[in-house]
Amino acid sequence: MPGLEIDGLCISIGDRGVVHAVDLQVKPGNCVGLVGASGSGKSLMALASLGLLPRAACVTAGRILLSGGETVAPGLDRTAEVRGSGIAMIFQSPRAALNPVLRVGHQVGRVLRRNGRRDDLRRRGIELLGAVGLPEPDKVARLYPHELSGGMCQRVMIAMGIASEPQVLIADEPTTALDVTVQADILDLLDDVRSRTGMGMLLISHDLSVVAERCESISVMWQGEIVEAGTNRKVISSPGHPFTAELVRDLARVPETNGRAPQSSAGPADDPAREAGG
Amino acid sequence: MSRTGAGWPAGTMPAADPGRPARLRGELRRHPSLLVGGVLAAATVIVAITGHMAPPDNPLALNPSHALAPPGPGHWFGTDQFGRDVFSRVLYGLGIDVVIGLIAAALAFAVGSMTGLISGYLGGWPDDIIMRVVDIVMSFPAFLLALTIAVVLGNAVRNVIIAVTIAYIPYILRLTRSSVLTARGADYVLGARAVGASRSRVMTLHVLPNALGPSVVQATLLVGWAILDVSGLSFLGVGIQPPSPELGVQVAQGASYITSGQWWISVFPGVAIILAVLAVNFLGDYADDKIRGQGS
Amino acid sequence: MRPLLEVRGLRKDYRRGGEVLRAVDGIDLALMPGESVGVIGESGSGKSTLARCITRLERPTSGGVFFQDTDVTGLSDRALRQFRREVQPVFQDPLTALNPRWTVRRLIAEPLKIYGEHNAERRVCEVLRDVGLPKDVMTRHPRDLSGGERQRVAIARAIVLRPSVLVLDEPTASVDLPARRGLLALLKRLQSEHGRTCLYISHDIRTIEETCSRTIVMYRGRLAEEGPTTAILNSPSHVYTQILISSIPRIDGAATRPGRLRARPASEQPLPGTGCLFAHRCPSALPECAADPPMVEVTPGHRAACVLAGRASRPQ
Repeated sequence: MPGLEIDGLCISIGDRGVVHAVDLQVKPGNCVGLVGASGSGKSLMALASLGLLPRAACVTAGRILLSGGETVAPGLDRTAEVRGSGIAMIFQSPRAALNPVLRVGHQVGRVLRRNGRRDDLRRRGIELLGAVGLPEPDKVARLYPHELSGGMCQRVMIAMGIASEPQVLIADEPTTALDVTVQADILDLLDDVRSRTGMGMLLISHDLSVVAERCESISVMWQGEIVEAGTNRKVISSPGHPFTAELVRDLARVPETNGRAPQSSAGPADDPAREAGG
Repeated sequence: MSRTGAGWPAGTMPAADPGRPARLRGELRRHPSLLVGGVLAAATVIVAITGHMAPPDNPLALNPSHALAPPGPGHWFGTDQFGRDVFSRVLYGLGIDVVIGLIAAALAFAVGSMTGLISGYLGGWPDDIIMRVVDIVMSFPAFLLALTIAVVLGNAVRNVIIAVTIAYIPYILRLTRSSVLTARGADYVLGARAVGASRSRVMTLHVLPNALGPSVVQATLLVGWAILDVSGLSFLGVGIQPPSPELGVQVAQGASYITSGQWWISVFPGVAIILAVLAVNFLGDYADDKIRGQGS
Repeated sequence: MRPLLEVRGLRKDYRRGGEVLRAVDGIDLALMPGESVGVIGESGSGKSTLARCITRLERPTSGGVFFQDTDVTGLSDRALRQFRREVQPVFQDPLTALNPRWTVRRLIAEPLKIYGEHNAERRVCEVLRDVGLPKDVMTRHPRDLSGGERQRVAIARAIVLRPSVLVLDEPTASVDLPARRGLLALLKRLQSEHGRTCLYISHDIRTIEETCSRTIVMYRGRLAEEGPTTAILNSPSHVYTQILISSIPRIDGAATRPGRLRARPASEQPLPGTGCLFAHRCPSALPECAADPPMVEVTPGHRAACVLAGRASRPQ
């Protein structure tokens, strides 16, 4: 099966389980959304798919498959081979993910070279930078990350992500640190790249509205487990889990959605602890 | 008590306090530097105090008939060319050096951190002037500077302390100042100003406690450096003079006897210096670990 | 009725290595007693600088800040003591805004101590109750609390002296989504119970929509649009505001996405001199935009600094 398949994945940090029995599928061309609060384990799952788990964490059960081939399982480490060519990831803080002492064109070129395209790196790099919507890409290629705005850095990171022509791109909170207008542009860009290359995308966010706007199917993660999964329409209109219901209720306050504000099933009782705490 | 739910991730409630002895044991296990340094320092301090107050033999008593006796049952570290018991002299001298080191480091810390706080927080021309003075003083190697000052001031314990203190004030000053510059920009300083705190209140209650960390660590190291400097100065004949059993003086007095085989007169005081500095360094490591951990 | 807190022609410049950065450029704002006003802007809009100037944590380069008709613009920290009692900021990140070494009790009691109030302990308990925190947080440190609890401590500290104005800079930014709603509910309650005047600075339009009756939109230090919050959200008149509103992710966004108004891409270049600062990115820019835009009154109380304002403007 092409694309990314996560099957019953369990991750532990030390002896504490942080991700339990997660099932997720991202087919090429699809956009799957993963929503969860910070600490729910969604980033760990993404990192596991690229074999980038921190040393303290390990996969204790389940597996991850890319194009049907097993890449991650307890004790297995084939990830170095698939990283880049099959799957790529972009992160929340683009400035932190870019090397501050290398020009951005060079950094894109390095990804190209690592994925087998050794010829004409400079031209292909500039092409990629243009493809992600950077104005005057030849000039931008000669700049360092600190000379670019947050949105531009994120575009560079996307360029590096798609340079390897992955089947699946994992975007972990790609727009959380960006202004809302820049966010819309970046999400448009990701949609655009998806339709051009047929790539699948896993969009991870704590913001349900971002995911709801762009993804055909949505999974909701809560304390390490997938508590809700389904098509966009189903999850939004009739959420099953209280956490989802609460997220959807927040969405209802967005302007110009009158009439679309779903009447969620009786959510969690507003007990005093939750009102006061948090 | 804490909230479940959004506040605490599952399974991470803080453990109950295990009580002081268990905490100390855990601390020792996590920070071996505390163990080594603590033991050494404790030994040094005990030795220094008892040695100073009740030396086994009078460190100054001359006993020419027993001169140059090698280490043995009566005199564990042997005797020097005047028949004085080296063991008692080392213990007594250790006390002198450690105390001088502590005083010099404490003075340098007090003056340096206060000036660094003022310089860093107020900025402007006071800061410029202070930093230029610091630059000038730091352009001399600390030991040479202390040497020069001690020579100018004359040979007395007080002058040695002054010399070493002056040489090290700039280090503490610079460290404190840079921490203050960072702390000054912190939001909680803005927050304190926002609730009406006066400038002095902000400086002393908010900025200073959060800026002293690195300087405290440096100050513990300074004790060791001061001990080395003081003993070095006396070795050269500056500052503390014989017949004081200060360790540097002892090393100097025994130096000429090494080649003729009476090694114990210099070596034992030398080893004592090393151990004292080591103890201080280990404690400084521990302080560094603790302060670093607290800061994050 | 006179405004409680007023800003006239506020300008704030920063020097950065020889260059002058104009963070706030000629803002007029009036807060009526009991009003809650929102300031929306993206990064670089100058909204946080505006907040700092209004609370006089910074001194404006020019222009004036007036509290109850008294000019507080040039006053020193010492002379501002009375002002500070009445106008309190709440910062974005309570983790950095509260002294990490102090306990909650000490933090909340500090303003009482500074102003010589007695009965500090009782007032601290009172205010903790007001913000919905249990008494036992008093002995804890900010880092041991959740984001929402921390922000409540920050709010408690801000209201302990019963100020008449609260200036909140991104109050929900450091708080998890689940806790956000509780926090906003608290803020609204504090507003209505005491008739307190509030100024909310945020990039999150949803926060503003929930709490503010009137909103101003800032772009690159200047006022782009001002009006009732519902008007700003439902019929934005300035092109920038239109783009901003249409960029908010929506459930039904898929339908409107292709036709969405977008800003033209541009590498950030400071613009010299006069003219609309948004023009070089504006999809509807006209030759007239090279001159300073007029302030157009779209409807009473709703105005925008755009030549296109009021001209058959429909949100995309």
